[in-house]
Amino acid sequence: MENQFFIDSEHLSPEALEKKHRLENEPSFRKNHMEYMPGMEIIESDVCTSVMSQMNSYDYSAYTAEDVKAALEHTTCTIEDFKALLSPAAEPFLEQMAERARLETSKHFGNTVYLFTPLYIANYCENYCVYCGFNCYNHIKRMKLSMEQIEKEMKVIADSGMEEILILTGESRGQSNVEYIGEACKLARKYFRMVGLEIYPVNTDEYKYLHECGADYVTVFQETYDTDKYEKLHLLGHKRVWPYRFDAQERALRGGMRGVAFSALLGLSDFRKDALASALHVYYLQRKYPHAEMSLSCPRLRPIINNDKINPLDVHEKQLCQVLCAYRIFLPYVGITVSSRESAEFRNGIVKIAATKVSAGVSTGIGDHESKYSGKETDGVQGDEQFEIDDNRSLDKMYQDIADEGLQPVLNDYLYV
Amino acid sequence: MNNDKLIIGGHEFNSRFILGSGKYSMKLIEAAVKDAGAEIITLAVRRANTKEQESILDYIPDGITLLPNTSGARNAEEAVRIARLARELGCGDFVKIEIMRDSKYLLPDNQETIKATEILANEGFVVMPYMYPDLNVARDLVNAGAASVMPLASPIGSNKGLATKEFIQILIDEIDLPIIVDAGIGRPSQACEAMEIGAAAIMANTALATAGDLPMMASAFKNAIEAGRKAYLAGLGRVLTRGASASDPLTGFLRD
Repeated sequence: MENQFFIDSEHLSPEALEKKHRLENEPSFRKNHMEYMPGMEIIESDVCTSVMSQMNSYDYSAYTAEDVKAALEHTTCTIEDFKALLSPAAEPFLEQMAERARLETSKHFGNTVYLFTPLYIANYCENYCVYCGFNCYNHIKRMKLSMEQIEKEMKVIADSGMEEILILTGESRGQSNVEYIGEACKLARKYFRMVGLEIYPVNTDEYKYLHECGADYVTVFQETYDTDKYEKLHLLGHKRVWPYRFDAQERALRGGMRGVAFSALLGLSDFRKDALASALHVYYLQRKYPHAEMSLSCPRLRPIINNDKINPLDVHEKQLCQVLCAYRIFLPYVGITVSSRESAEFRNGIVKIAATKVSAGVSTGIGDHESKYSGKETDGVQGDEQFEIDDNRSLDKMYQDIADEGLQPVLNDYLYV
Repeated sequence: MNNDKLIIGGHEFNSRFILGSGKYSMKLIEAAVKDAGAEIITLAVRRANTKEQESILDYIPDGITLLPNTSGARNAEEAVRIARLARELGCGDFVKIEIMRDSKYLLPDNQETIKATEILANEGFVVMPYMYPDLNVARDLVNAGAASVMPLASPIGSNKGLATKEFIQILIDEIDLPIIVDAGIGRPSQACEAMEIGAAAIMANTALATAGDLPMMASAFKNAIEAGRKAYLAGLGRVLTRGASASDPLTGFLRD
């Protein structure tokens, strides 16, 4: 199925095209994805072993309706219970799972829904991840905002009332180095109460520096915990190194970050196993760093520019809802973020059950907030973006919609100390 | 009963219900003040750290004492910084210390709480520390200058009631400061029970916030707290442990 991802741009030189094809067709031409590259910090940790042994032994076809019923009756959801809730046997119990999930969400978060917006400051990328619109072989308009441009974007977003921002870059150390990102964090502290980062994984001392610049939350998506599949999808670049990515959250916490976020991109591999591994990644790290704030996201594959042939691997809305309910029941205290890749209808429904955070006023392009925010609700995609979003509600609209659902929109509940 | 005041740091209060901050809404504040008679309302400084803060602060009626808390602090140093920020924001001198380094159960860190209490009491704050009910820690808090001691009844937000009742009773018996039961009170009967054993006040939030009819639940808490307080002041009758007491004394045969 990998071939459906491969797109040859007519803009590539013959040499580049040849290298791309060799990466795609000759496994031996690719670097060992389990081997660290020079400069990548190696930490001692048993978290990965715990997560992977659970995932590898997970046979979801072994669980029955009885296991699911028992899991729903238990006060504390064990790992075994969670495995039952993620299994196909739980699909007929989706409504009961949603009821239990809603109860747990209200116990821990009341009726609050947090709002944030992402800001892409650069889309240069040194990796060839075959499913991603930013990949280095894809012909898109590349951009890196200057500090003046970043500040202008931030002003536009802050003027809309937003108080939490998530700064994103493509994964290019060369184009968007740590100092560049740090300066962006310092600017963000002027305009926002809370600053999160979703950038390439870095070393502990670099996370410490970024924390001192004002960031306190780090999001790293593992994409898939299936290392063999990972190898076939991430063909080139530092992102190819799977274990360095796995330990990113732990390095971030050691660097002083308050919270970390996790996810697999559901649909890349077996989503049940990836969902299990994502939640256990949170579970084992929480036991090791009990002060840390943890959150989970749940992206599915969405169409990307120049490639409309990708089909998510059976992660329909029902399966996504099942995964989110299972996350909530197993990890009642973690935040759950649902991005604008999902539809307004899905997000309106899921915030009543399990999600605690949604984005609003979203653009995944670079430097286009002013044009997007100046008009009314936008009705189409502008410029070159990482992926197309589905729910393009502005902050005001989202705020009102949440309040109309009887929930309480929250713009900030955080202090940088 | 009219002279029965709750006194914290030299300030007098008629109400023994304090609204917690966990799940905030305007409707909740309104019900707490109007229907539960709250005179003290907790405010999470981190939650007030928003452009929306005017609306929350503006809504709090005159005569209500704001009790800013330090939620989000993971150690004494962070709690002290948040408390100072609260004072700068004009939230007054009261502060409830909450220090958690556990994001799962949100249990308070007693050791760090003692440290923060001492620093803030020395700076003139009226310090109300949230703590896990431990007698030695409570004594340390007294020595550190606390104005009250706030033991948890059960994990915050759990509505599980007086899981730590025996230990709260010990604090009530041994500590000369108001013991305010905080966290875990899920229903009026549990609030009443805590008041019967001598708690000075009850702090609750989730129990009201998640009720079907908010004003009615607020009013139920008010009645329960007053009933428990009256029972405590009246002196509870004895509880018979084995059936009934014999009407013919067992020792009636003794002649001299």
